[in-house]
Amino acid sequence: MKSFGKYLILLSTLFINRERFNVYVKRIVDESILIGIDSVFIVVIVSTFIGAVTAVQTAYNLVSPLIPLYIIGTIVRDMTVLELAPTITCVVLAGKVGSNIAGGLGTMRITEQVDALEVMGINSASYLILPKIIAAILTFPLLVIIAGFLSMYGGYLAGVLTGVITEKEYIYGIRYQFQGYNITFAIIKSLVFAFLISSISSYQGFFTKGGALEVGQSSTEAVTNSCIAVLCADYLLAQLLL
Amino acid sequence: MIEIKNISKSFNNKQVLLDVNGQFVKGKTNLIIGASGTGKSVLLKCIVGLVKPDEGSISFDGRDFTQADSELKQSIRREIGMLFQGSALFDSKTVEENVMFPLDMLTTMRREEKLDRANECLKRVGLENANKLFPSEISGGMQKRVGIARAIVMNSRYLFCDEPNSGLDPQTSIKIDNLIKDITEEYNTTTVVVTHDMNSVLEIGEHIMFIYKGRKIWEGSNKDILDTEVTELQDFIFANKLIRDMKAKKDR
Ligand SMILES: Nc1ncnc2c1ncn2[C@@H]1O[C@H](COP(=O)(O)OP(=O)(O)OP(=O)(O)O)[C@@H](O)[C@H]1O
Ligand SMILES: [Mg+2]
Repeated sequence: MKSFGKYLILLSTLFINRERFNVYVKRIVDESILIGIDSVFIVVIVSTFIGAVTAVQTAYNLVSPLIPLYIIGTIVRDMTVLELAPTITCVVLAGKVGSNIAGGLGTMRITEQVDALEVMGINSASYLILPKIIAAILTFPLLVIIAGFLSMYGGYLAGVLTGVITEKEYIYGIRYQFQGYNITFAIIKSLVFAFLISSISSYQGFFTKGGALEVGQSSTEAVTNSCIAVLCADYLLAQLLL
Repeated sequence: MIEIKNISKSFNNKQVLLDVNGQFVKGKTNLIIGASGTGKSVLLKCIVGLVKPDEGSISFDGRDFTQADSELKQSIRREIGMLFQGSALFDSKTVEENVMFPLDMLTTMRREEKLDRANECLKRVGLENANKLFPSEISGGMQKRVGIARAIVMNSRYLFCDEPNSGLDPQTSIKIDNLIKDITEEYNTTTVVVTHDMNSVLEIGEHIMFIYKGRKIWEGSNKDILDTEVTELQDFIFANKLIRDMKAKKDR
């Protein structure tokens, strides 16, 4: 509870005494590259396989001749776009981005780099953390869109290449009764997850005390707490918005 | 001149500083000395405002820092340069970018002007041809020099150094000490150096404050430190064999 209060106070200090605007522009670009572009590879791998596995497992479970095969495409689409692409991607990103943020900030804290900023009269929390949160909010939706697309493509590859389903049926399936709101929902989820992961990891890293061992601990804690937060938020959003 | 009055600080019921008073003279290297863990770094952090003292006041040339509003605080901070115990260079930035950083953040100078100023400072601390290297690629002594260059780049009126020669060999230590002393005289800064190296104490200690278990128990200069009657200070000084021998010879 005390740490939750401290977390809120940290978030509010991000906006008071900010530095000049163009300082942030450069920082946001740098962070976007670090958080976004550098995560593309892992997102591509994870989402393609998620789609492929979903397709194969759905096909395996569909033994009734009464159900048309194109349903495989529909199920892959609904499972991945709504849940697997945003949530699994963000859980993976919580591991990659979260540990990176917490480790980076923790190291800066224990090597007195944060103090060095403060002595210069710079709002270190705002200078270091705000660009990370903004960069995550900008890049996570893009990553989730890539993930949604690739998981459907992964399902296509797995389904069509193994000959379980024809190309035509699969394409018909993913178009069948398509609801645009699902995409909106996935993007809303990615925005919320981006904020949670970047801010929780920043909090963990920023208040690291001690030495190298504690930096490792804050990274671990950042990943654990971000994952828990992502899954809780996932449930809440589903309750509220679906 | 920096004046501190009745500074006390405790962390979780553990008294680290108790009623410390003193002055740091302009244009001189002022030393804070004492054994490990006596609160030297905490005192320095109180003075620069990184740690809020429980009690007491700090004033920079008559401007009260503890009571100051955020605007005055900000303007005093811009006159402070600090070299940290571990240099605290930004490891994602090159040497040149590190030195330019305060200018980037706090001034509206053009890029060429900033580069010129950064190079001037790097030259002043005796570091050329290292501009494009990263902190992890240079030695500890060079890192200290970069730290000093970054501390003076804003033409600081106040220079703070926390153990500028920890982890350096004696020869490099002396060079860094003398650099700090020269810069102090050249720019007429009020310099405060925390150290427990007797070599620097004797070399550059124009005004020395001895901290023992969070209290200031002696004040003086390197000329009279060897003749002190304070037993805690004697223990501190004469832990060094060379100084012990030197003192014995002098007494004879
Ligand atoms: N943020 C803090 N929280 C709790 N205790 C602290 C904090 N900072 C310092 N201390 C305690 O204050 C005491 C003095 O620490 P300080 O770093 O000032 O020592 P020092 O004189 O600089 O020693 P050294 O020469 O080893 O650097 C130590 O016992 C330390 O545990
Ligand atoms: Mg110290």
